[in-house]
Amino acid sequence: MNILDKEKKLIALEKQISELGKSESVKKLKEEVEFFKQNEMKKLNAWDRVLLARHQKRPKAKDFIDYMAEDFTELHGDRCFGDDASIIGGIGTINGIPFTIIGQQKGYTTEENIERNFGMPHPEGYRKALRLMKQAEKFNRPILTLIDTPGAYPGIGAEERGQGQAIALNLFEMSKLKVPVIAVVIGEGGSGGALALGFANKVLMLENAIYSILSPEGYASIIWKDASKAPQAAEIMKLTSYDLEEFNIIDGIIKEPVGGAHLDKQMTYFETKKRIMAEYDKLKNLSKTEITYLRNAKARSYGFLQRFNYDNIGGFTK
Amino acid sequence: MNKIGETINQRKKLKQNIKLIHEESSYNKIQNFDVPKGLYEKCPQCERTINTKQNIENDYVCKHCGYHFRMRAVDRLKYVLDEDTFIEKGIGYITLNPLFQEGYEEKIAAYKKATNLDEAYVYGFGQIYGEPCVIGVMDSYFLMGSMGSVVGEKVAQTFEYAIYKKLPVIIFTASGGARMQEGIFSLMQMAKTSAAVAKYANLGYLYISVLTHPTTGGVTASFASLGDIILAEPNALIGFAGPRVIEQTIKQKLPDDFQKSEFLLKKGFVDLIVHRKDLKKTLAKLLNFHRRIN
Repeated sequence: MNILDKEKKLIALEKQISELGKSESVKKLKEEVEFFKQNEMKKLNAWDRVLLARHQKRPKAKDFIDYMAEDFTELHGDRCFGDDASIIGGIGTINGIPFTIIGQQKGYTTEENIERNFGMPHPEGYRKALRLMKQAEKFNRPILTLIDTPGAYPGIGAEERGQGQAIALNLFEMSKLKVPVIAVVIGEGGSGGALALGFANKVLMLENAIYSILSPEGYASIIWKDASKAPQAAEIMKLTSYDLEEFNIIDGIIKEPVGGAHLDKQMTYFETKKRIMAEYDKLKNLSKTEITYLRNAKARSYGFLQRFNYDNIGGFTK
Repeated sequence: MNKIGETINQRKKLKQNIKLIHEESSYNKIQNFDVPKGLYEKCPQCERTINTKQNIENDYVCKHCGYHFRMRAVDRLKYVLDEDTFIEKGIGYITLNPLFQEGYEEKIAAYKKATNLDEAYVYGFGQIYGEPCVIGVMDSYFLMGSMGSVVGEKVAQTFEYAIYKKLPVIIFTASGGARMQEGIFSLMQMAKTSAAVAKYANLGYLYISVLTHPTTGGVTASFASLGDIILAEPNALIGFAGPRVIEQTIKQKLPDDFQKSEFLLKKGFVDLIVHRKDLKKTLAKLLNFHRRIN
């Protein structure tokens, strides 16, 4: 029984309660629901989190932005080719401080998803993001990025316009930014397409978000030649927020309500905003040099390796 | 036992394993790197039979159709550098199998034995027609040249070493992308290597990136695309997403020249396509243009 089945059961139980109105059995049922929530709904394995991260009703970047910055003004276009609807960017004030906010946007409905390309950006999307980040640096605004993508789009147009180059240039330029950058993985953090907005001073992650090098389906089809083994792959890949916190890849986890962010959106938005501002408070008094240095020092430390003492052994040239 | 305790224990065990693997590997015996090959081989493009020895003399280019064979890192170094000028740096790194994937260490050990390399990437000091430079070469025969923790670390070191020596950098890329077995750590190498290039570029040094067959995925989306000058070998596959992934996504067949060097040149992402027989001269010329008087 995965989390989606559990959620259906919860909805059925809650419907039962509302139908019964005020009778004796309601109290008992309510207790049952509470018990179910506290025990069953909290038991989440990696695959459950993958399902939650991709949940149709999960709040999208635009929802977070609208909650955090009421005066958000969207800015379009990369000034080279076009405007990518799967990345939205603009300026908005959070607690009175102007931020440049950039987010990867999925849709709630199929039509919206087609318009947004299922949150899979083209190169122009990344170039728009870079343009807005450079603009933020010019006006000394902090940058907030919201990550929610299955990955950069693999298509003919994307390759023709240099998907790889666009991502590489984002990483290159982001390492030099002199303003604080905070990244939040709100749903799926898929591969280079996510990292292109995720090279930040502080990387936060929603509890049930995922961040990985490729999709569990992709991993399963490479290792076992069978994409249907994705649940097993998800366990091995260490893609949940708790795994990544242990690895020191991310700096913090934002708690979600029981059963996923979509069951209590207001609480999710509130918690996210609180954590973002807390991280910003830590960064705002640092000098420009410190900001840049800290971001790069963190990147430099990524890796899991060891060097042996090879004093008497050369490489193949010796 | 709690999770952290468990991890520490696993790591201890791992270290012992690695020691064993290291002792077994043939580091001490490495003298001659030439891997034995058959007398004849088939060109994948024109399907004609070629004499292997002649092919090596011809810099691994098919004499009939000009197909550029993949080159091992050591062959590449031998071909591009002046004789006896190479000094290897950054020796002896080993990945610690961050995700505890079964069989990964054995796989690495086997590749080490087969290729006599530490990892899929080699770097060091060298000279091209007397022009000193720091040179890095990826080897696509080592786990498809994929970029894990060690490759990322050594690429970052390449630029740091070049800053220290005040020298230009040349990197030959050949990679299937980020290394899946190391999960998120491989992904983060993209940020690490790009940041290293940025630091190096800020100081005003020259970085030439030479794209060889195949360069895809996380390597294309990081240091391979960040050269001041980007060269490519003819007919090499260069792209971000692999052709099979694209075909599955868009559900149609791709044209033959798609994601080839010539295609990238046409789209403006490569400075120059250089035939292998001219590559050494071109590199020397470019290095000469940028010679610094310290």
